[in-house]
Amino acid sequence: MKKVLTGNFAAAYGATAAKVNVISAYPITPQTTIVEILSEIVADGELNAEFVKVESEHSALACCIGAQATGARTFTATSSQGLALMHELIHWAARARLPIIMVNVNRAMAPGWSIWADATDSISQRDTGWIQMYCENNQEVFDTVLMSYKISESESVMLPALINLDAFFLSHTSQVVDLYNEARIDQFLSKYDPKIKLDVDDPHAFGALTSPEHYYEFSYKMHEAQINAIRVIKEVGQEFGKIFGRTYDLTESYRCDDAELILVSYGTIAGTAKEAVDQMRNSGIVVGVLKIRYFRPFPTEDVIKALHPAKKVGVIDRAVSYGQSGPFFNEIRSTLYHESTPLYGFIAGLGGRDVSTHDIENMVDIMQNDPAQDLIWIGVKNVD
Amino acid sequence: MGKKQKNDQPVEFKSIKDMPDTPTSVGSMLVNKTSTWRSIRPVIIDEKCKRCMICWKYCPEPAIHPTDPPSVDYNYCKGCGICYEECPFDAIIIEQEGK
Ligand code: SF4
Ligand code: SF4
Repeated sequence: MKKVLTGNFAAAYGATAAKVNVISAYPITPQTTIVEILSEIVADGELNAEFVKVESEHSALACCIGAQATGARTFTATSSQGLALMHELIHWAARARLPIIMVNVNRAMAPGWSIWADATDSISQRDTGWIQMYCENNQEVFDTVLMSYKISESESVMLPALINLDAFFLSHTSQVVDLYNEARIDQFLSKYDPKIKLDVDDPHAFGALTSPEHYYEFSYKMHEAQINAIRVIKEVGQEFGKIFGRTYDLTESYRCDDAELILVSYGTIAGTAKEAVDQMRNSGIVVGVLKIRYFRPFPTEDVIKALHPAKKVGVIDRAVSYGQSGPFFNEIRSTLYHESTPLYGFIAGLGGRDVSTHDIENMVDIMQNDPAQDLIWIGVKNVD
Repeated sequence: MGKKQKNDQPVEFKSIKDMPDTPTSVGSMLVNKTSTWRSIRPVIIDEKCKRCMICWKYCPEPAIHPTDPPSVDYNYCKGCGICYEECPFDAIIIEQEGK
């Protein structure tokens, strides 16, 4: 079944299709409609789930942690300041190895008070142990929510996942989304049944005091699980393709095979870059796009392979790691440490400023004519 | 009352593969003795003790067992002195550790 849906509705329908047992979330612009529609779906009896209203995002994630520990499948969604408020529990959910799925609508951090797209909120959660990915369109939002349950609940992974979509560019923009049919979704995603859960008939201690004797090993196992996730994301992406006709991987190469210049990006900017690439190719510029879907685990080998043919590589970040560079640029630079490819780090679209195909052409122009630079502020105004 | 644990044997890991993914285990607190930082110890004086069990109720660990008279489990008593403060019959005295 196909429907015209905003990114937020696609996220809510994804959680519904995954038949989640517990939803707990606190509304925040521009995520609010995810919570709104889910509360309606539950109230109308279309989804047999507990919808738990809470007083803050911190409590929302705490609620999901408790529920998930009992063996329930849970879902939450937030944005920007809300995600930041969850920070303590974001670590907790990962270290407790609870495969909670959270949708974050990428929104700039305040002040200045902003409700517009910027990836700084999610990138700030980089080292929490969560799987972290970025969506380009609403179909990908729906598909990723479904796939994420299967990936995160895999016995060799057992990590929560943060699915990001750009504020307004996806959250409030309508696109056609195929919702497939229920029987095939049930065939793809089986019931969540963890090995150890909170159960009065089989008591366990949870999150107990862990001395230096064992803490280190738990961290080692978290990293191992992230690395396992690389394989699982690929397997699940393939299986999804066989059942639903759309195959997914950690990265997506667009016209990269023969490309002399490759632009790396994520989220909706990757979509705009594809459009710009088509236009530039018509005028003889041999350029491609490498879209990074997964920030954690970082697809190091795939990135090296995909970027190998390029004479020059540019990275477009809708975020800044202050005092360093664009965060994705930093990843690409360390990934390509052993290559001599000149790299260009572009910052664009902060706080929801539009990134047009014209801006992308401007970046390619810089790559063609200027020496490599780590930090290039595209469209920054009034700088002397 | 909660159900009794099926398995209260301490867990020992031979390989990292035997370890659970997270500190979620049966009997882990039997291995984790949490009393190593205690600097003072409460001692219950049998003759003064009226078995009111207020110490048992107040111990936050809980490291006091409801025996007759109540007994302190020194594997888990952190030496906070709450039992000493709360005992209405001065039946608990405090001794310095390491003396
Ligand atoms: S509070 Fe004092 S009197 Fe009461 S049981 Fe404990 S030691 Fe005995
Ligand atoms: S000193 Fe504190 S921890 Fe030890 S038995 Fe008394 S109340 Fe419990």
